[in-house]
Parts: sequence; structure tokens; C-alpha cells
Amino acid sequence: MSYACLYASGNPALLLECAARFSPLIEQTSDDAVIFDVEGMGHLYVTPRHLAEAIAAQAGIPVNLAIASNPDAAQHAARGFRGITVIPPGGEAKALAPLPLNLLGGSPQTAEILYLWGIRTFGEFAALPPMGVAARLGQEGIDLQRLARGEGYRRLRLIEDSLRFEDEIELDDPVDLLEPLSFILARLLNDLCARLSARSLATTEIRLRLTLEMAQPHEATLRLPIPMRDPKAFLKMLQLELGSRPPSAPVLKVRLALESARPRTEQHGLFIPLSPEPEKLELTLARIRSMVGPGKAGTPEILDTHRPDSFRMVALGHGPLSTPAPRTHMAFRRFRPPQYAQVRLQSGRPAHVSNPSMGGPVVSCAGPWRTAGEWWKPDPWSHDEWDVALGDGGVFRLYRDIATERWFFAGSYD
Amino acid sequence: MMAASPVLHDVRFGLPQPRTFERIPTGISAIDTLASGGIPRGALTEIHGPASSGRTSLLFAAMARVTTNQEYCALIDAADAFDPASAAEAGVHLSRLLWIRCGGNAEHALKAADLIVQAGGFGLIVMDLADTPPRTAARISLASWFRLRHAVERTPAALVVLEQMLNAKSCSSLQLELRSKEVRWSGSQFGKLLHGTEVRAQSCKHYHTQSATFEAHR
Repeated sequence: MSYACLYASGNPALLLECAARFSPLIEQTSDDAVIFDVEGMGHLYVTPRHLAEAIAAQAGIPVNLAIASNPDAAQHAARGFRGITVIPPGGEAKALAPLPLNLLGGSPQTAEILYLWGIRTFGEFAALPPMGVAARLGQEGIDLQRLARGEGYRRLRLIEDSLRFEDEIELDDPVDLLEPLSFILARLLNDLCARLSARSLATTEIRLRLTLEMAQPHEATLRLPIPMRDPKAFLKMLQLELGSRPPSAPVLKVRLALESARPRTEQHGLFIPLSPEPEKLELTLARIRSMVGPGKAGTPEILDTHRPDSFRMVALGHGPLSTPAPRTHMAFRRFRPPQYAQVRLQSGRPAHVSNPSMGGPVVSCAGPWRTAGEWWKPDPWSHDEWDVALGDGGVFRLYRDIATERWFFAGSYD
Repeated sequence: MMAASPVLHDVRFGLPQPRTFERIPTGISAIDTLASGGIPRGALTEIHGPASSGRTSLLFAAMARVTTNQEYCALIDAADAFDPASAAEAGVHLSRLLWIRCGGNAEHALKAADLIVQAGGFGLIVMDLADTPPRTAARISLASWFRLRHAVERTPAALVVLEQMLNAKSCSSLQLELRSKEVRWSGSQFGKLLHGTEVRAQSCKHYHTQSATFEAHR
């Protein structure tokens, strides 16, 4: 067995992150030390020292790092020696011998007795006869002496992985421009995506909270239709979001949270037709939405109602194909909103229609058909619809709103 | 006696050979015959004509074919005139359709088309300028059309522009002009129904004009 202990004061989250990149088996002994199982990492690194150097480089800050055959020896070495310490199996007692006895722990009474005996280091304590230690200090003495010899063995008390991907940065000076804020967002996104990557996860939701100077916090949420883990794409999406809806005041603090999800798995086939690459498409849609407005780009889904022009926009999906077969259908184009029309009637039928942009004598018409519904709602509808062909060749759907007695062009047949 | 010399094709050295396009059949046999098999992929096609000339009916037929083949379709709707219910009746599978509503802004439509072409993965990309006033559509520079044509050339997508007047001109590989020949009604005066329309389509390219007719039923 082989264990590594990272020791650095002041940044427990960083230590945990660093350890998580090398092992899922981590014990956090205190705010300044983590021990993790590195058994099997020898297959990836030539020597334990190479592994230790890789761990220290990953930490990115000055740390004390020790690798030993048991967790306690690794911890004592990391606390006692600066930089990297690699203790070969069987060499624990010799390696730990110079360490001061105060690193060993134990009760104050035992520590005082050992001090009165003139014992100052691990080596001196380890050299005492075990029977004598047991007679004078009891079970605690036996345990402490075993630790001093580097012989202690125990299982790691593993931490529970909370799987919270959140980070924040408090700024020294308020930031009032998007470009400097982008650098901060990039840093947070890179860190969070690396954490997701270390756990083979992706995200489906990005929540940004900006604490502002003398104003309410600014919040933005990006919901992704598919799990993604591309910090560059996320940064561009956040830039587009903040560009279209900028904060109302300079930013004091940036907090970013990612909702973790299992990454997308898809089996491609040789004969499956081409489809847009989801990550690329999502970024493209973010760019388009920032231009045309939110909710203006997506897939239409017809609602289960008879109300004219009822649909909602959903994300472009890979849903099953609906049943209708292709046929040459006379298409209808809607006017949104419907255009007001002036209609002259003859024998109760439209004879001439006009509005500022179109109109003319009605050559032929069919109707009326009454459509009405949802009378139980605050906005019911009741229309008399006509299909009219005008002299200029245009064919339109015209309707009279029963409630207001006004005429409208609903759209044209094309 | 001299042997008959083999027929030599008129090939000019150093000049690129004419491109052959893969085509998307519209399912309307008259149009497919007229357009040598359908709408060309990797090229720009213009479908133009006045209101109620059958442009959207032809477009829906092509969209229905593309989406039935499980390909994706993007509709950049400059005037926000697309009717999902009508498209679904024509057989367009809406789950395979990306609809971008530009709310009357032709410039946004042009930019969106550019982005969608760059994104890739679509079988058919439609830029609907049918309800955009011709003067506004004419403001789109030829350089923009050229850039779009150049972008789509490297993709398997067909780019179709619906409009009232020709705008891309030499940038388009196929130009179809549609006119309503006759509006068909059924029934008597008081039980009358709009039955459909007969459309005359004309393809004009390289000074060569062909025409065909098809019917769109309600």
C-alpha cells in the first residue's frame, strides 16, 4: 500500500481538488492536510518521486508532500519535512527519526512525561524498550511508539464527495467592463470544468451570480439541452448573455455554479444522416439568440389546442419522427400580429378588402367558418373566417373578430 | 479508307470542369424534372415570385423530404411568417426543424444564415425573405450573397432563399420563378371551399428557360 499526504495551510479546497485528481480515496485529517491512496499510480509514473513531483506540480502552490507505506507515516513526514519526502517501505523509522515529538500528538500528560524523560524526537521515543513504555504509559504509549516507528496502519476515513461544482472570486476592485470580467469567468470555468472532467461528469446548467456595487445581485442561468464540458463554449455563452443583458453596476464578486450531469454518450453510425454537432449548435444558437432575442430560435411544438397559431419553442431535439407523409400542401403564411383590414361587404360577403400594404377587389371567396373556443379562459377567441382571392392574385385568410367586430388578415396562402 | 475519328468533347485545358451537385428531390415530379433532380446541395437556390405564387408550398415539400430522411432543416424566417401547423400538414417533421424568427429584420436573417451555414450539420437551410419588401432585400450586397454561396459550397447543405425578386443573381445555381396560374375552388357559391392552386414554375439559368406546372392542394 502507498499513501500520499499533502500539507499546506490556508487552502483546504485546493488540497482536496489536487488529491481528487489522483485518487478517489481521500481523507481530510485537518484543514491543512489531506491523505490519499496512491496505490497503483506506480504504473503511470516511473518512480514514487516522479509521482510526488506530479502531485506537487498539480497543487500549483508550495506544499509539503510525503509518500509512505501507511497514512500516519505520510502525514507525520508531510507535517515535519519541507517539500517532497518519499519514504521507501521499511525505512519509515529511520526517515521519521529526526521529527520533533510534538508532531506525534497524544494526551498532554503523556507528552509531559516524555518531555521529563528527555525524549525530544521520534527516533529517541522509538528506541525506548517497548515493554518499559507499555508498563509506564499503557496502551496509549504503545500506540504512540508504533506511530513514532512509522509502523502504524489504519484505514483511511474517506470524505463524502459532495459533487458541488461551485466557485467564487471576490474582486479587489469593482469591474465595470465585460473584457476583464471575462478573464475571471474563464478562470472559474476552467477550474470547474477540470473538476467535472476529473470525475467524468459534464453540466447541463450554469448559474452565474454577480454581486454588484450598490445594486441588487445580477443572476443569469444558462440551461443546456445536452450535457457539455467545454469551458471555451461556456465562456462565449456567458459573454453573449452578459452582452445582451449587462449588469446594472460594477461587479464586486463573481460566483459560478455548474449543475453536474452524466456526459452525453452517442453511438454514431456510418449510414445515419448528418446532424448538427450539439456543442457547436448550442454556441451558434447562443449567438443567434443574443441577436434575435431569447425564445426566438428553437423547434416549434404545436400545442394541443384549437386556438390559431398555438405553439411553443423547445430545444432542437432528436425526437421520433411524426407520422404524416410528405404531400404537396397549399402552405399558409401567418401575419404576426394579424393585420387590420377594412372590408366592404356585399350580400354579407367580402367584396373589397384593403389595408395600407395590400388589398383590392375580392374575386372569389369562401366562408364563413366560425372558430371559437376557450370561453372559460380570460382570453377566449371567436372568429368568422373567410378565404378570399384578390384581383392581384393574392389569396388570403381573413377573419372577423366577433367580440370587436373588426376584420383582420390572418395570413396568406402561398 | 480512313477510320472514323472518335468524338472529342469540348474540354478546355486549365479551366475548372462544371460542378455536379447532389440533389434534394422535392417530391413534386414536375419541379424535380425542371431542376434536374431537385434542389442542389452545396449551392444557393433562389425561389422567387409574388405573394400566393406557391413558393412556400414548394419549400414545405422539400423540407418534408429532408426531414423524412432524418436530416435537419434550418428555417431563418425574416418576417416571422412560418406557420408550424401548415408545415406539419405538409409532412414536415417539426422535431427536425430549427426555426429562427428574425421579427422582420433582414440583416439579422443574413447573419443568422451565415452562422447556421458555419455550424454545419443541416441538410437544408432556408432563408425566408418572401415577406421582406423587395427594396429591403435588394439592399443585401452581392458580396454577402457571394460569401454565403462560398460558405455553403463546402457543406452538404442546400441553401434556399425565398423572395419576391431575384437578389443573389449570379451567386445562385438554380433560380425558380413561380406564378400562380389558377386558384381552384370547389363546391357552389355557398358551400364553396378553397381547393388549391395551380402553379407555373420557370427555371432560368444561363439564358435557358424551362417551365413546368404543379398543383398544391389544401
